[in-house]
Amino acid sequence: MKKAIWMIPLTILALGLSSCGGDEAVKPAVDDQSGAQTTPADTGSSAGADLLSERRVYFEYDSSAIDGEYAAIVEAHAKHLSSNTSLNVTLEGHADERGTREYNLALGERRAKAVARMMKALGVSGSRINVVSYGEEKPLALEHNESAWRQNRRVEIIY
Amino acid sequence: MRKTLSIIFVCLISWPALSQAILTIEITQGEATGLPIAVVEFGWNSKGKVPHQVPQNIGQIIESDLRRSGKFNPVAQKDFVSQPHTNSDVVFKDWRIARAEALLIGNVTEVSGKRYQVEFRLYDVFKQTQLAGFRYTVSADMLRLVAHQISDLVYEKLTGEPGAFTAQIAYVTKETRRQQGRNRVVYKLQVADSDGYGPRTVVTSKEPLLSPSWSVDARQVAYVSFERKRPIVYIQNLASGKRQKLSGFKGINSAPAFSPDGKNIALTLSKDGNPEIYVMNLATRRLQRLTRNRAIDTEPAWSPDGQRLVFTSDRAGKPQIYMMDSDGGNVERMTFEGGYNARASFSPDGKRLTLVTRENGKYHIGVLYLNDRSLHMVTDTQLDESPSFSPNGAIIIYATEVRGRGVLASVSSDGRTRQLYRFETGDVREPAWSPINQQLRYQ
Repeated sequence: MKKAIWMIPLTILALGLSSCGGDEAVKPAVDDQSGAQTTPADTGSSAGADLLSERRVYFEYDSSAIDGEYAAIVEAHAKHLSSNTSLNVTLEGHADERGTREYNLALGERRAKAVARMMKALGVSGSRINVVSYGEEKPLALEHNESAWRQNRRVEIIY
Repeated sequence: MRKTLSIIFVCLISWPALSQAILTIEITQGEATGLPIAVVEFGWNSKGKVPHQVPQNIGQIIESDLRRSGKFNPVAQKDFVSQPHTNSDVVFKDWRIARAEALLIGNVTEVSGKRYQVEFRLYDVFKQTQLAGFRYTVSADMLRLVAHQISDLVYEKLTGEPGAFTAQIAYVTKETRRQQGRNRVVYKLQVADSDGYGPRTVVTSKEPLLSPSWSVDARQVAYVSFERKRPIVYIQNLASGKRQKLSGFKGINSAPAFSPDGKNIALTLSKDGNPEIYVMNLATRRLQRLTRNRAIDTEPAWSPDGQRLVFTSDRAGKPQIYMMDSDGGNVERMTFEGGYNARASFSPDGKRLTLVTRENGKYHIGVLYLNDRSLHMVTDTQLDESPSFSPNGAIIIYATEVRGRGVLASVSSDGRTRQLYRFETGDVREPAWSPINQQLRYQ
């Protein structure tokens, strides 16, 4: 956990450098995501396990579309949940701080439901999925800038 | 003609100790277009030492109220030639020199124990006549409310419209404390005077609180709490502190808004799949669903006559403001400018909406005039949200961000005068004006 906290500023720096001139809809680059994760990268695990260590799905501004690299993460979790039927999953939807709190609460739910829909399509029973939205109330990054907003538009996969 | 009034009690029961105090109110934008009024600091006659919690700056409280409205341009103290406290001290020529058109004087006298007598007189400097004059006898804890009441009277005498300085504001604070190596976050729903003083905590929670909404009689507040790790709407009596769960369905329970007749409350619920607007009868708890589509529908707000509601919907792709009848019929889109318009609410006269609108990636407060549908920005800062009109429609309070912190700000509804409310600590957000003024009761 300590390591992950250390890495967040590096991630912000990396994102800041990589997104010069970018607009609000720029999505996080794949390489930069690992910094925000809680599992060290040097466990030497397989590709599938690496995907399972990714517990966050990121979104573009005012969007609930799950882009390619995140679809792979959701898919890996869905597969894992399908073969571990004792596990229940909570999908926590979040938004960045821009715009109104109530609209963002709705947007967070829409994002979490998009992930839930995908998991269901991949065979996870809806009764095992709990969807909750926190809107913009629980940001990961507290700064008021593009890289913070990018980290905050997310769904957390918790089980 | 002076009236002697004796206050027996005020409908607010005293609440737990004050928790958070505002340091300063800073004027960030002002135009010298208002009526020039000279407010002389009230004279003070006390027998002994005045306890520090007793406000001895009645004049300053009134002056600051009047300035905040944007309709007054108080004359600077340095231009005062004299400091009158009683009628016989007033020399009108002194005030013509100071370019004041109106003059307010007064004094406070300790009568017995903790009771004070407050007297004031308001004059028309050019006509050299007294416009109003009252005397109040109150306990020390009512002195601020008396000051706001005098502001209301001055405002009404000189503008012809009722004042709203005795109204209250509700808002949410978020404080992060470092405790035993961990960050501990505390959310509080608070209610304070219209100038931010005298905050009282209504609810404290470790989880987020949002969307406080006043009942029409200002005796209850509905709000959203995450204390059970999901959004649930509660309704709480301010005097007794008693509360009840209003809506805890599966999914989102949020955006409460009391109807003007006090019988119903509009809510956003996602229990049937996605966020839709419902109206709940407060007596029977029966729900009526008003919207029905796959988009986000949220942030309902009633028109003052209770016949219509405005709400935010992204049914056309992006969040925009819509209006519908209170039974869900006759839906009409209200905003077309810009890619983001949300959280609209009516002015008390029903002629305008205030809302959050995005321009060049920045979120400002706007005022939409319903007669010609024209949208006017009244702020130019970046993350402005949660606007609401004062009960007289003159001031809009909203939340914004200054140097990384959430703060409250107010702007006169014409956009001319802006002020920041500065709190000692933490983030402050989600302000909401009470729909009516606090009442002083007389015998």
